[in-house]
Amino acid sequence: MTARESLETSLVGSPIERLEDAALLRGRGCFIDDVHEQGMLHAAFLRSPVAHGRIRAIDTSGARALPAIRAVYTAHDVAKFAKGSVPTIPLRLMSSPELVPFEQPVIADGKVRYVGEPVAMVVADTAAEAEDAIEAIALDIEMLPAIANRRATVAAETLLFEKHGSNVAMHYEAAKGEARAQHTPYVRRERFAVQRHTAVPMETRGLLATWDGASARLTVKGAAKVPFSTRRVLAKCMELPEASIDLVELNVGGSFGVRGEFYPEDFMVPFAARTLGRPVKWIEDRRENLLASNHAREMDCELALACERDGTIVSLEGDVWVDAGAYVRASASIPPRSVAQSLCGPYRVPFVRITSHLALTNKTPTGTYRGPGRFEAEFFRERLLDMAARELGIDPVELRRRNLVSPTQLPYPLPTMTSPERRSELDSGDYAMALDRCLAEIGWRDKAALQGRLIDRRYHGLGVGCFVAGGAAGPRETARIMVEKDGSLAVYVGSASVGQGLETICAQIASDALRVPLERIRVFHGSTSYVSEGFGSYHSRSTAMGGSAILVAAESLGKRVREAAAQRFACPREDITLGPELRAEHGGRSLALAELAGDGLSAEEAFSNAHITYSYGAAAAHVAVDARTGHVDVLDYVNVEDVGRVINPLTAVGQAVGGIVQGLGGTFLEHLQYDDDGQLLTASLADYMLPTASDFPNVRAVVLEHARSPCNPLGAKGGGEGSIAPVAGVIANAVASALVDFDVQPRELPLTPQRIWELIHDRERTTGSVR
Amino acid sequence: MNEARSIRFDLNGKAVQIDVATHRTLADCLRHDLLQTGTHVGCEHGVCGACTVIVDGAAVRACLMLAVQADGARVTTVEGLASGDRLSPLQTEFRRHHALQCGFCTPGILTTAHALLTNEPDADRPRIREVLSGNLCRCTGYVPIVEAVYAARDAYRSERGTDS
Amino acid sequence: MKLPAFGYASPSSLSDAIALLAAARGTAKPIAGGQSLIPVLAFRLAKPALLVDLRNVPGLDRIRIGADGVRLGAMVRWCDIEADDRLRGAHPLLVDAVSHVAHYQIRNRGTVGGSLAHADPAAELPGVAVACEAELTLMGPQGSRVVSASDFFRGALSTVLTDDELIVEVRLPAWPNSRRWAFEEFARRRGDFALAGIVAFYDRDASGRATNTRLVAIGTAQYPRRLRRAEAALDGSPVDEQAIERAARAARLEVEPASDLHASADYRRSLVETLAERALLEARARADQAS
Repeated sequence: MTARESLETSLVGSPIERLEDAALLRGRGCFIDDVHEQGMLHAAFLRSPVAHGRIRAIDTSGARALPAIRAVYTAHDVAKFAKGSVPTIPLRLMSSPELVPFEQPVIADGKVRYVGEPVAMVVADTAAEAEDAIEAIALDIEMLPAIANRRATVAAETLLFEKHGSNVAMHYEAAKGEARAQHTPYVRRERFAVQRHTAVPMETRGLLATWDGASARLTVKGAAKVPFSTRRVLAKCMELPEASIDLVELNVGGSFGVRGEFYPEDFMVPFAARTLGRPVKWIEDRRENLLASNHAREMDCELALACERDGTIVSLEGDVWVDAGAYVRASASIPPRSVAQSLCGPYRVPFVRITSHLALTNKTPTGTYRGPGRFEAEFFRERLLDMAARELGIDPVELRRRNLVSPTQLPYPLPTMTSPERRSELDSGDYAMALDRCLAEIGWRDKAALQGRLIDRRYHGLGVGCFVAGGAAGPRETARIMVEKDGSLAVYVGSASVGQGLETICAQIASDALRVPLERIRVFHGSTSYVSEGFGSYHSRSTAMGGSAILVAAESLGKRVREAAAQRFACPREDITLGPELRAEHGGRSLALAELAGDGLSAEEAFSNAHITYSYGAAAAHVAVDARTGHVDVLDYVNVEDVGRVINPLTAVGQAVGGIVQGLGGTFLEHLQYDDDGQLLTASLADYMLPTASDFPNVRAVVLEHARSPCNPLGAKGGGEGSIAPVAGVIANAVASALVDFDVQPRELPLTPQRIWELIHDRERTTGSVR
Repeated sequence: MNEARSIRFDLNGKAVQIDVATHRTLADCLRHDLLQTGTHVGCEHGVCGACTVIVDGAAVRACLMLAVQADGARVTTVEGLASGDRLSPLQTEFRRHHALQCGFCTPGILTTAHALLTNEPDADRPRIREVLSGNLCRCTGYVPIVEAVYAARDAYRSERGTDS
Repeated sequence: MKLPAFGYASPSSLSDAIALLAAARGTAKPIAGGQSLIPVLAFRLAKPALLVDLRNVPGLDRIRIGADGVRLGAMVRWCDIEADDRLRGAHPLLVDAVSHVAHYQIRNRGTVGGSLAHADPAAELPGVAVACEAELTLMGPQGSRVVSASDFFRGALSTVLTDDELIVEVRLPAWPNSRRWAFEEFARRRGDFALAGIVAFYDRDASGRATNTRLVAIGTAQYPRRLRRAEAALDGSPVDEQAIERAARAARLEVEPASDLHASADYRRSLVETLAERALLEARARADQAS
């Protein structure tokens, strides 16, 4: 399974065992709910039981009367604290004035707009008593009609935000090319839909906030992903200087984009701590997690692909509707932009006009989830390519080869995004090479004879898809390397660990750069006290950005060491040479790092990047479908991805495999289902189905280092989000191949057994009935 | 109705005695009363398996047991798997195979695998997958976990001796 | 999702347990393995004032095999059934069906009595019990009574058990060696509740034709019932492919499943037909192996 084609024999590129593991294996990790502080109180939230309504009254007297209850807060209390109005949560990225009216208040303010919206917060001596008290609060809500799907949103008989006049918050456009070709021989128009699902990390969210009145400092533990950004928002809401807030990242049980953004609780819990002068802990339970943490992926589209008769793509046009939920939360602007920009993938498309619409509904708000917009775009586009290939009578692999951007055409411009405007280009890579490697791995040619054949009660089929995945978003990342008294190194980085092996990667990079052994390096990450500025872990940027920042800081540290040694040796800095472990040498004399440590040696540097870099690859699957039950067995699934530079092959392949299985979950199993009243029907892990160990055993990943990224000194492209993207398209293509005799064309996810059975029995539902 | 009981049980080889509310789950008792936070809570409704501990030799979901039901039992948690500073053979294989990423589900998987291999050191991959299908992991995709457990079998076989 | 507060008792005799239930007048619940009950409490779908734990009540965990069949005490756990080698021969259908129940950790705590009392429409053991015309022994303040499985279940999660009664034992009638049987279920993932399942068996008369056919569907109704018209379609037939298809089609027409978020009624009906056909083919194939 591990294919390492690494070019180095140093630590970078070595599959070393992770530094994080020993503690985690012993159960000695420290996750937020593991923290117990003296005098700690516990918070719980009353959440709206209805999807849409006006709050008439909140009677908290029943809760306040309970002995263990220390406080109950509603919008009234928050508004008083915040000088008259309840703060709202700003967008973290790609903000624009049009979106501001749809920001979520940190607690329901006059209206509730989704089931799960926080309406009141209780603080009690124990978590159980807080939960008991929630039930004693009487909520009087005047119910309003709920909008549970985006078609009702557009019809706008009910408005979520009365002042706005429509339920569509924003439109984005991806555009390329000046004029559409007048006449193309072949046009295929289709509608596709991806269902609402989301990250569901195994650890739910949690926070522990402490206010030190004496020093006016606020400490919030349980931060993740983007602690610096969260601190900035919190500081503004709290009217505190950023420097008096510490956001502390502990062990994090997975994020996948969903944990770490600014949520209502990220204000409410510190607010309670500050108001009560006691530490306040809140741990999200799983029902809340499914109700209140960001949802994702719900999109439907109408696309038109135009080609020449030989399959050469001429244009891609259409509309994508994003069901964003009731508010535009911190990362909500990304998926609609990303889906539009990702639709072309690694293919040459001369003319592009894609409009994506951010539509609001009375459902949980959405945000980014691993490969945001890309999973959706890959499904839409790879299905369209296979359908066109079939109709044109062209082999689907050949169609792709004809249209893949070739290495000589790089850098190749992607469609330009509007509002705000962003341009990007595919940087480096050999897309056809990755496709060929993938086909070889799955045995495409040998298995061609299986396509559509019935063997042992099941129909066999193979599918393929190509992808690119953007990573290493700027603007910057910061690293600081300090020499400890004993000459060991402390490496601080602004990146965040969400379980991806960040410490190990950073240590490998620092070790190679400074020629200091691994055992003499400790990595600290994510907390706002570690570096002066940080951006965090999203968009597959920790290696490229955090790692590059370490390289820059390492170089800077080397200079400082030579400066310090030069002072001691009374010689010019240029005459100092650095040996292994930063031993400073000059004319026969040498100084160990520990001897120079007293000089306060450290270096802090930022690495800036304005260019997105793109990992790329291809994936293929072999499936066997039981046409009578609709069950699909994934007999083999392989992902091939070039990430430019592999720091640790073990973790690189590990990420890729994990992403594949998440993608398979999104393809077959996972669905956040709502009824017409906006009630979430799948608010437990019994109903929201995640992949288990027996579902997809035949999954493998190949990670290549073929084309370095030109955008950072490591040459790394980022590799955490590529493998999830092509899964649905590849599987759906394989299923269509398997069921070619039934003319089954999957257009909607998830591919449940029932949906496949319905497609076979010609009871296909139109995308109009998708919710 | 907030009753408390005094319970006694063996935790990782040590006798513990504690007063617990009758509606306290074993998971919460271990984590918050006894401060053994290695056992994690992922769902509180018996699906994810992160809270798995071993009670009288059987792997069970600690969120589906009341602490009072552990009275008199022998309980092993993840903290009881390593011996001093040395990781157990199972833990070592996990590390070797990169069978954990965020580590949140890991304690429950280790206890489950330990119980399985203790009773069935010859468990094949399908059996390992079947047993582990009661433990959810979101990071690894399970493949390296199954390999790690499979590789650890040798250590359990040799522990059992030649008569197995 | 912390549990709501409740009182707790762990009596050391059956009569004490029953007395506690009776005294509570409907505000108490018995707890066996807790694998079904505790999630209900965690979601606060029930808030009993008292839990009566059966863990210390002796004599409820025995598996007895005799001329009158297999007797499972109410506290027998799934893992106990797996571990008892005698059952493979004494009641292979039971062993096979139980292998589909939940997951490893659940099987170490979940009990026969708990499953029957909880009466989930998709649970395996109620389906087996109804197919076999099992007998449940219930004990209450007035003494014991025996209820047949087909009279025991009344609706989804609903049985004839009164608030002060406990299941003590379930008896599955003796299982003839020559019986042809199969258990087929379709679930989204291993260990999930079935979207539909079929319990099937038949005996053969002197001329090799099916007799005493039992067909029960699980997951397709409020509670499991014998599909008598489908059974009749197989009885008296030589169990050839046409007869099997006829019986499967009849089963499909006989069930009245509901649509829910996991499956539509139409799809469930289709599953019933597919599973019934496959189960009967499997049962027949078992015959060929045996002879």
